Amino acid sequence: MSSQSNVMPESTLRGQGIAAAAFPAARLMYWSVRRELWENRAIYVAPAAVACVFLFGFSISILHLLVEMRAAPWLDVTQQRELFGQPYEFAEDLIMGTALLVGLFYSLDALYGERRDRSILFWKSAPVSDLITVLSKAAIPIVVLPLLAFAITVLTQWTMLMISSAVLLGSGQNASILWSRVGIFHRWPMLLFHFLCIHGLWQSPIYAWLLLISGWARRVPILWAALPPLTIGIVEKVAFNTTYFGSLIGNRFTGGSEGIAVMERGRAMDPMMLFAPLHFLINPGLWIGLAVTAAFLAAAVRLRRYRGPI
Amino acid sequence: MACIEARGLRKEFGTTIALDGIEMRVEEGRILGLIGPNGAGKTTALNAILGLLPYQGELQVLGRDPWTQRDQLMRDVSFIADIAVLPRWIKVWQVLDYVAGVHPRFDRVKAESFLAKTTIGYARRVRDLSKGMVAQLHLALVMAIDARLLVLDEPTLGLDILFRKQFYDSLLNDYYDRNRTIIVTTHQVEEIQHVITDLMFINKGRVVLSYSMEEIESRFLELMVHPDQVDAARALKPIDERQMIGGSILMFEGADRQQVAELGEARTPGIADLFVAVIANQDKQAQGAAR
Repeated sequence: MSSQSNVMPESTLRGQGIAAAAFPAARLMYWSVRRELWENRAIYVAPAAVACVFLFGFSISILHLLVEMRAAPWLDVTQQRELFGQPYEFAEDLIMGTALLVGLFYSLDALYGERRDRSILFWKSAPVSDLITVLSKAAIPIVVLPLLAFAITVLTQWTMLMISSAVLLGSGQNASILWSRVGIFHRWPMLLFHFLCIHGLWQSPIYAWLLLISGWARRVPILWAALPPLTIGIVEKVAFNTTYFGSLIGNRFTGGSEGIAVMERGRAMDPMMLFAPLHFLINPGLWIGLAVTAAFLAAAVRLRRYRGPI
Repeated sequence: MACIEARGLRKEFGTTIALDGIEMRVEEGRILGLIGPNGAGKTTALNAILGLLPYQGELQVLGRDPWTQRDQLMRDVSFIADIAVLPRWIKVWQVLDYVAGVHPRFDRVKAESFLAKTTIGYARRVRDLSKGMVAQLHLALVMAIDARLLVLDEPTLGLDILFRKQFYDSLLNDYYDRNRTIIVTTHQVEEIQHVITDLMFINKGRVVLSYSMEEIESRFLELMVHPDQVDAARALKPIDERQMIGGSILMFEGADRQQVAELGEARTPGIADLFVAVIANQDKQAQGAAR
């Protein structure tokens, strides 16, 4: 024991020159996340590309807008909201779906790719612990992607509104009815909440599961990721003729009743009144999910220590 | 303080015994050549030292347990597992940024000045570099890290002879400063003959020879002997004998240098010949024991 404690100070003293002992974990985390973004450019390119394609389609559809504007005065407020709000909701759904897909494929490859191309030996030669590595990889689908997707959604919706207004003004019509009815501005806080909580926290067990499998599988991680849930679902169906497990998984993907409720409230008349993040935070489903995420990630950290190149 | 200290280091993969009780002690400031046939356990031993593998037995690297403290250890240890491990997608500036970002002992200026001597462009990806350039890049990174232990596992595999020579030249001239410890394994044994200060042979998971180069010189002797003198030389109990045009070459361990030199031309054996003699001898003994 004492020899150990004698050795350590000596070795630090001997460290030549300035020799910073260690970098703070936050710094290691930052560079680990950055390196993930370098490697997986799809994280931001895919949602941005989908948004661009959508904007292109929207610009063409603008011709309808001119016709709709003429009909608008005869509709009531709810119908107007629906009419003008629809493309904006569609943009949200599209970007959310893209982010989900990117997140799934990213997680499935995150700890598998580095073993397959042997680069894990390089990453392990850096003074970065397995814990930080796994956490940085988990942060991509759980934190980074939702934030990015939110930013891209906001930008897309803003651009849509600008295009519409420009066209309306250009054709001599009044854009004020459009601005008052699209209702995207009060949706944005709600949307941010939705992205962070539903796409981040609520779906986190899915990503953590995929990360775990990507750190474990020697071949075709997608198969190993899909088989166990499928098997459990089928066994349950055969044995009890129920689909409880299947709906549990589906619930994680869709965000569950809670997630849908948040979005519905967002579309309701007075959003601020119904905006209830607290309701989400006291949902036991959220905390059970987070506990499962933590367990999967802990297992992934342990696995990364043992696994080398394949 | 010893840089590496291993006692009874064991590692099994299923029923295969990769390390069968390795004893080693490497003092700081040495350059150790770890030589062994394929499957001898060299890489397993190095991986244990680098904290990439769990093991049985005692192992301390710079006073730390590599398996449980890999991330702390990597502040003081650099390694090139082999040149093919740099991620292929990464760009040169990215790898510089990253290492500067996570490594407290990385000197970016040093790495850049080393790269300036090469033709490697910062915007290029590793996958677009030639094998030799990747090795240069990896070496530039490693040499810019003020590490206390550098582990090189087949660092020059697949490189042409010019690159290989350059590699060891840079290592000795620009990096090694007698405070650092270097361990290198290679099959290109002749290349490290004049690089290393210590030599260790490992076979079937065991250390079969471990001497400093000075000890090798005083201990081992190679004799080129004319056919007439062969019988006289054989009487001195050589550990190995091989034929060549115009005579035989006999190797002696611990023999009287003067006595041997009278029979022909005596010199210190090369590592490669010593390796063949020691390993072949051992295998022969093992076969004899089996009978």
